[in-house]
Amino acid sequence: MEEAPIISFKHVNKIYSNGTVGLKDINFEIPQGQFLVVVGLSGAGKSTLLRTINRMHEITSGEIKIDGEPIQTYKGQALRLLRRKIGMIFQGFNLVNRSSVERNVLSGRVSYYPTWKTLCGLFTQADREMAVRSLQRVNLADKLYTRADELSGGQQQRVAIARTLMQEPKIILADEPVASLDPLTTKAVMDTLQRLNREDNITVIVNLHSVPLARQYADRIIGLQAGQLVYDRPISEVTEADLNDIYVTEAVQA
Amino acid sequence: MSIPEVPRRSWIQRWHVKGIAVTGLLLVLLVASSRMTGVDVGMFFSNFGQFLNLLVRMSHPAWEYTNVIVQPLLETIQMAILGTTIGAALAVPFAILSASNLIHNRFLRGLTRLFLDLVRTLPDLLLAAIFVAVFGIGSTAGVVTLAIFSFGMVSKLFYEVIETIDMGSLEALTSVGASKVTIIWYAVLPQILNQFVSYFLYTLEINVRASTVLGYLGAGGIGVFLQRSLNEFNYSQTAVIILATLAVVLVIDGISNHLRRVLL
Repeated sequence: MEEAPIISFKHVNKIYSNGTVGLKDINFEIPQGQFLVVVGLSGAGKSTLLRTINRMHEITSGEIKIDGEPIQTYKGQALRLLRRKIGMIFQGFNLVNRSSVERNVLSGRVSYYPTWKTLCGLFTQADREMAVRSLQRVNLADKLYTRADELSGGQQQRVAIARTLMQEPKIILADEPVASLDPLTTKAVMDTLQRLNREDNITVIVNLHSVPLARQYADRIIGLQAGQLVYDRPISEVTEADLNDIYVTEAVQA
Repeated sequence: MSIPEVPRRSWIQRWHVKGIAVTGLLLVLLVASSRMTGVDVGMFFSNFGQFLNLLVRMSHPAWEYTNVIVQPLLETIQMAILGTTIGAALAVPFAILSASNLIHNRFLRGLTRLFLDLVRTLPDLLLAAIFVAVFGIGSTAGVVTLAIFSFGMVSKLFYEVIETIDMGSLEALTSVGASKVTIIWYAVLPQILNQFVSYFLYTLEINVRASTVLGYLGAGGIGVFLQRSLNEFNYSQTAVIILATLAVVLVIDGISNHLRRVLL
């Protein structure tokens, strides 16, 4: 018997209020522990797809299940608990620039505390040590008290990963995590994601523009075109020509 | 050789018709409004002599008067600090409720903004007159007036600051599963703190000056002495009061500049 998927999309549609189609009849499942890469041109719906998983974007119709539970009805505390088990990494890092690295990393833990404790900064000793360990995993423990905006882009992205680790997530969503990084730091960030995927069995979903990167890291690649799922293969069956098609056919149409 | 094809602009765009029309309209309005209100610029120049006369009489400050005004000047500063602090503290929640990037409920935001507009509409002199009637002559009336006056001003400045912040870190905190209040505390406040301090000090400076006027109505502080000296045509004393107030404003300005550098 096959294990139940951690995420499943059934007939998911998303139409923006201005009429733009974001997602069109998306159907697929993601098993626990997969490293999934989503490719497609800008505006194909990759970011939208990612953000529907943690309800940063609402869908218009269809059903998304996580751990077998439909997530569309979640509100308030239930929604926050859903988001807690889904880490997210952004193209622009999205750290609080003027705060220290420690505070940024600890902010990944706030959903484990009642609001008043987060306001007083009453984190347990264990969680403060956890913040240091998270930074050690991304090789930045020596920057604990540095201000976030004093770090380079690659370092900031690794701090963002450390923040995500504080959530103890089952899933990590990464929206173009390396789009604004140079090749060397790109490798550092992608390697970190791969390590978390393999060592902690975290399901990782990454939006990428780069076909070589996708082939290097993915267990499976899906392709989006104008909001539709046009490609879905395990990495062993992916050919260079397929991936070029995802980009080229649309470019020709446009 | 052919010229490469570029997009065509209509003649309205090419001759900047809109910009010129708006500028022209504003000029017409300016001239018309000065006509209608009967402002006589000539009078400013023809009566300039009287102004100079005043300046000359103020040019011999009665330095020995300084001792008398130290105490009321300190009281003015205390009033300003107290009033600004109370007003600014109250302004923070209202500024958050008015910021369009934090509160998506239009009705709530509109209601808060309407309330703030109302508060700002009330002139400080009117407030002072009311509170002197309520609390009697003295600095309590001054503090309450300044608190309300600062509240109205600061909350508008604050929410405009909040609307310029980077929303990325808010998105990150939302994705972490943080509650709304936690998001504001962790992602919004660090981004606006230094601007808050700067606007707070700016308001404090304004309040020091405003409280000199409020003294006219019996709201305490240096204003009482300013009014007395003017009533007695004792311009050498007036000069001392103005110079002393200037000194206070300069000090606050210096502190403000320093803090901005440190906090930025």
